[in-house]
Amino acid sequence: MKILVTVKEVTVVDDEFEIDGLSIDDRYVTYDLNEWDEYAVEEAVTIAEDVEDVEVVTVTVGPERADETIRQALAKGADRAVRVWDDRLAEASMLDPATKARLLGAVAEEEDPDLVLTGVQSGDDSLGATGVSLAERLEMGWAAVVNQLDLSADEGVAHVHRELEGGVDEISDVELPAVLTIQTGINDPRYASLRGIRQAQSKDLAVKSLDDLGLGPDALDSPIEQTALYEPETEGEATLFEGGAGETAGELAGLLREKGVGQ
Amino acid sequence: MTVLAVAEHRRGELRDVSDQLVAAGYDLADETDSELHVAVVGGDTAEYGDRLNRPSVDVVHTVEAGAEFNHDVSVQAVEQLVDAVDPTVLLLPHTVNGMDYAPAVASQLDRPLVTDAVDLAVDDDLTVTRELYGSKVETTVDVHADRAVVTVRPGEWPPADGNGEASVEAFDATIDESQVRSTVTGFEEAVSGDVDITDADVLVSVGRGIEEEENLDLVRDLADALGATLSASRPIVDNGWLPADRQVGQSGKVVTPDVYLAIGISGAVQHVAGMKGADTIVAINKDPNAPIFDIADYGIVDDLFDVVPALTEEFQ
Repeated sequence: MKILVTVKEVTVVDDEFEIDGLSIDDRYVTYDLNEWDEYAVEEAVTIAEDVEDVEVVTVTVGPERADETIRQALAKGADRAVRVWDDRLAEASMLDPATKARLLGAVAEEEDPDLVLTGVQSGDDSLGATGVSLAERLEMGWAAVVNQLDLSADEGVAHVHRELEGGVDEISDVELPAVLTIQTGINDPRYASLRGIRQAQSKDLAVKSLDDLGLGPDALDSPIEQTALYEPETEGEATLFEGGAGETAGELAGLLREKGVGQ
Repeated sequence: MTVLAVAEHRRGELRDVSDQLVAAGYDLADETDSELHVAVVGGDTAEYGDRLNRPSVDVVHTVEAGAEFNHDVSVQAVEQLVDAVDPTVLLLPHTVNGMDYAPAVASQLDRPLVTDAVDLAVDDDLTVTRELYGSKVETTVDVHADRAVVTVRPGEWPPADGNGEASVEAFDATIDESQVRSTVTGFEEAVSGDVDITDADVLVSVGRGIEEEENLDLVRDLADALGATLSASRPIVDNGWLPADRQVGQSGKVVTPDVYLAIGISGAVQHVAGMKGADTIVAINKDPNAPIFDIADYGIVDDLFDVVPALTEEFQ
């Protein structure tokens, strides 16, 4: 069995930052493996440990810098990785879900996985649409926002719980092959071991261009364009207590007592 | 031209987001001089069709399609309805079920998709306002196409209300069962423990800023000193540091205490959805730009590891 995990390197913005055109000024950003994708990787690696003969392949769309992120997934137990990149992608302000599905879909078609796992959404763009777009493109079944997964490869079915709003789970059966978007909290993502980190350095990380994937330049044509980026006007009218911790805690204590708290 | 908004229902009830979608649809229809159509797929379509007949809605389409949401059925039904109505903008909810079918609808229809809209405007193009980086910044996205699919964030539009004069029309969708690859077999409520955070008058709520499980004692001590109940935002529950019945937010509990003390909680939209109804909201967070300060009544911009012990001491 083969499991493909799509992962994304996300932009993490400092508490204090400046905006430079349509992006955050480089000085205030770091990059990391998307939080939701960490859970997707863990789920795949756990299945590989429980079931015999499972290969876990991770795929990402990103520049060379993203190798560091994808090696995190390899260090946690993925077997090999594919990174898709084209320099023209650096100019795209925002990848729409269809474009992303086209790029990832081309890799998925080459890999022909039985199961595709991805995070529910990314921590930066938060479009939350890649997994289901990809499923539709691959003509696979799918389930979004999965917080429990019981794979029954023999029956060709994934028994899943989908986390609905308000503390209610929907219980569903999804035919395989399928794309499942994984919610945080479904498992307890491991830390990479030193041995894992060492091994990751020698695992296969293939870099593919659009040409390699048989995609023409129009594969990047996007009908949506980011036109502005700005800090939202604060709607807040919070009264801020100022001063040292002793002082602010004292003022807050006064307020709480006024409200009848702690009496 | 036509704007089409598709309502959401679950387990016998039309969900609140439905009337918000009608409101968003109304704004858009008004701006573009379009008709406003609303649709509901499955469930008690007679009752829902009646409910969705809000002022300024021109047509309500009801589609018989089983009792509960199934994405494979919804994708087919909405696709056929769109073919019939040809809306310039199709509005779907950015909910868990919306996320489960909107991308497939857009893909099937070959229309661009923009998700999680917090505002919509039309100039030459449709412009969608959305948030990035956990609500730190807003961005505008222009759609260069004459047709689009947009999902709308719950809670951003005041719900439509009242009775309208729409014609309620049954729409016959043909569902190809061979394309139905998933089956909903049931629902399960999160297990609840012995504490009901929705009953508490005062909640001390802890978030990611607490950093380590060991540090939870700091907020436990504060809750004890205040006679308050301890609750948490999602990351704390995801880490298994507190049980799921302590979680405040969209996927947890909606709480309305007299006082809500948010400690090390950034205030992501999913969290705010669960606590914005509190009478008094107090936030302690070292990030002055944290969105929690947008809805807080009182705040302290400082390190919680300094402020919380000092506050506890005040009550001992």
